[in-house]
Amino acid sequence: MHSHPTLPQRFHLDIPLLLAILVLAGIGLVVLYSAGGEDTGLIVKQGVRFLVALGLMLLVAQIAPQHLAYWTPWFYAGSLGLLVLVLAVGDVGKGAQRWLDLGVLRFQPSEMVKVAVPAMVAWYLSERALPPSLPRLLVAAAIIVVPTALIAKQPDLGTSLLVAAAGVFVLLVAGMSWRLILAMGALCAAFLPVLWYFFMHDYQRQRVLTLLNPQSDPLGAGYHIIQSKIAVGSGGVFGKGWLNGTQSQLDFVPERATDFIFAVFSEEFGLVGSLGLLTLYLFIVVRGLFLAAEAQETFGRLLGAGLVLTFFVYVFVNIGMVTGLLPVVGVPLPLISYGGTSMVTLMLAFGILMSVHGHRRLLSD
Amino acid sequence: MTDTPDSPVIPWRHHVALTVLLGCALLMAARATDLTMNHREFLQQEGDARMLRVMEIPASRGTLRDRHGALLAVSTPVKSVWAQPAELAAARDRWPELGRELGVTLEHIRDRVAGAREREFVYLRRHVEPGVAARVAALEIPGVAMEREYRRFYPAGEVAAHVVGFTDVDGVGREGMELALDERLQGRAGSKRVIRDRLGRTVENVESVRVPVPGEDVHLSIDLRIQYLAYRALKAAKQRYRAAGGSVVVLDVTSGEVLAMVNQPFYNPNKGSDRVGARVRNRAVTDLFEPGSTIKPFTVLAGLISGEFKPRSTIDTSPGLLRVGRYTVRDHRDYGVIDLQTVMAKSSNVGASRIALTVAPETLWRVYDGLGFGLSSASGFPGEADGILTDYMRWGDIHRVTLSYGYGLSVSALQLARAYAVLGADGVLPPVTFERSAGDGGGRQVVDGRYVRQVRAMMESVLDEGGTGGRGRVPGYRVAGKTGTVKKSVVGGYAEDRYMALFAGMAPASAPRIVVLAVMDEPRSEDYYGGQVAAPLFAKVMGGALRTLGVAPDDLAPASRQFIANLEPPAHGAP
Repeated sequence: MHSHPTLPQRFHLDIPLLLAILVLAGIGLVVLYSAGGEDTGLIVKQGVRFLVALGLMLLVAQIAPQHLAYWTPWFYAGSLGLLVLVLAVGDVGKGAQRWLDLGVLRFQPSEMVKVAVPAMVAWYLSERALPPSLPRLLVAAAIIVVPTALIAKQPDLGTSLLVAAAGVFVLLVAGMSWRLILAMGALCAAFLPVLWYFFMHDYQRQRVLTLLNPQSDPLGAGYHIIQSKIAVGSGGVFGKGWLNGTQSQLDFVPERATDFIFAVFSEEFGLVGSLGLLTLYLFIVVRGLFLAAEAQETFGRLLGAGLVLTFFVYVFVNIGMVTGLLPVVGVPLPLISYGGTSMVTLMLAFGILMSVHGHRRLLSD
Repeated sequence: MTDTPDSPVIPWRHHVALTVLLGCALLMAARATDLTMNHREFLQQEGDARMLRVMEIPASRGTLRDRHGALLAVSTPVKSVWAQPAELAAARDRWPELGRELGVTLEHIRDRVAGAREREFVYLRRHVEPGVAARVAALEIPGVAMEREYRRFYPAGEVAAHVVGFTDVDGVGREGMELALDERLQGRAGSKRVIRDRLGRTVENVESVRVPVPGEDVHLSIDLRIQYLAYRALKAAKQRYRAAGGSVVVLDVTSGEVLAMVNQPFYNPNKGSDRVGARVRNRAVTDLFEPGSTIKPFTVLAGLISGEFKPRSTIDTSPGLLRVGRYTVRDHRDYGVIDLQTVMAKSSNVGASRIALTVAPETLWRVYDGLGFGLSSASGFPGEADGILTDYMRWGDIHRVTLSYGYGLSVSALQLARAYAVLGADGVLPPVTFERSAGDGGGRQVVDGRYVRQVRAMMESVLDEGGTGGRGRVPGYRVAGKTGTVKKSVVGGYAEDRYMALFAGMAPASAPRIVVLAVMDEPRSEDYYGGQVAAPLFAKVMGGALRTLGVAPDDLAPASRQFIANLEPPAHGAP
């Protein structure tokens, strides 16, 4: 362990993960070129975003985990503040208040929360020995619930569930007893009807009903699902070829550059492409979990694992939605869907992961 | 994990987490595989159904021409402007310029769009001029598109309207020959497969599925020159005699072709607003009337056929009236003892009645039936009326008598003209047709030509001095004809002041080429007799038609006519 550090080690980078991310982003740009109607401007814009996000990742990777831990409460508090602000003065986009206009850039504070919540939970739990006691678990639950509720109020059910999931993952990784996990599961199940009748909006309920029977309203709420299922299914084993997906190119697939980009990918690259993409995602997740597991201190390990699992949920929910397994929730396909905010969040998460892993040996020296 | 001494994460928990993770990944993979492998065919069809459309390529409708090739109905390609309501509704700011170029109001656009928000297609304006269509297309307003259609034009307008008929805005025959020949004129629309995007715009033509077969061009039997002549003459006569309506039918005696057929009132087929109501009816084919005295030649014919009467037989018509049961038949005055020719020339009801009472009912019925009364002429013209001729088994004396001078049965003008054609064609019943035919196509001998020639000779006397139809004469030609003045039947009997004036005849009488029937419906002038009102109309049309057709005159020495008429009936086609 006393050999001279290699260049990646010096910059606290994990080469397999970095390569996987670069390949994924590359695929993303290729698909986007097709999904975005062969608009080069769109590609350049997305490419620049990725480079910025990549820079941010490299930057965060250089920060030692203990520094990250130190700033976590402030980050969490700041995020909460922005969430309240967005409810007060936020821009309305597509019927929901999610955006905050800072003049130079518009962004969704809820994206920051996706990192802030698991970080705060990890920070809180890592202060004492694990597994956590019940009172501490309750406090951790409060840390999760407050921002989740604020986001749900926007309303953005999808993001709020993702945020909650990110926090809960940290709890799970922290080592809750099975009895507690089961109890929580039961509680969640019991909460579903309450959620349905008191918290969900009509359009959200409609989405769930539509999932169960898309043909009930093929021109309205079922439209997205039917069109994307057709796109995925008609691609066949090898796909219709890049730029040749009829469903996608003829504008039948809705939101084809953003949330439904998997339909475009699947139609044009077929089952082979889809399985390949899934494998790539799975590799990133497994590699990420490996990196987190190798972390030395609890904060990094908990946060890393929580973020990686959240990343996986992104993938699962998005593909599940596009293939008609899950209701339509606005979750982008990580690193492939067009859009800047989620890309920045994701790369930030990977940066944290690399920091957690990369600073390990230096610490042990 | 050797160097993480206080690892709180229990190792098997890793396995559980990884298992759940892999499970989820497998679920996704399974779902994608399921969609592609098991539902692929269905989903691909669904996809194709969304983008592949078979579009119709309209076939151009065949033209209608007169027998010499003059255009009567022709289709010209025009553009129709349509819109996708949802798209156009979104582009509200472009409405004013659209309305301006298209010549429609903003309200019109709003109504079209608002009324069909869920539909994908709505016409904004059909059949616009090419220039307008080009300017609208240049605006490039979202949701507005053009479609090629054909519009029908009728160059002869109202002159041939009743025969030609018209099509509706979709190019389907609605009246007249446009309807009768619809299937042949339509042709067969072709189709092509195209790729359309979500907004229904055609992105690409994939293949031609079927080449459109243009409709057949059809020559009608109409001679536009004679048609025009008849149209003008009828129009003038209607005005002159302040008639409610009228018809003129010109038939080719041997081929049965309708050379002209006009009606009053008329309509302009090029004007949509004009194509409504009773004006559109081709009365000469669809309307029935009692033929009155114009049937007397056939009564006389039945008398000759029965053998009870010879050309020179005489009938006592004194005292100018005849009682049959409670019914009295009247002549204008007492003609005394007269021969058959005079019965015809004076149009004696009593004479005709005596013939009818002498001849066996079956014989009379056979003649009428053979001439096609009570039967459709099978011309194929839409809405043709059959006419009514009851069976002789049900005839009483009164019925036999009234039939003899044309009451108690009903005919259409076309039927009556055809019956006269039999007299012109020496007993051959020609097949009536509105299409130009090759020649004499399958006429049927229904009456012995000998008797027909005798009757025709008698009918020439109708136009002589002392006959009822003197005004029907045509200089240079011998004409055989018969007048008719019919009291119109109304509910509960016959109107005393509403008449139908008829004149039917053929020329040249020595070898008839054409039959002309003139009908004036309810003339309101002082004159209302067939010989006064219909005969001049007949003469005008007949004279013009004979000259148009270049028929050689057969009466260069008018003085000799009486002499010839009193001799043997002229042998038709004899050397």
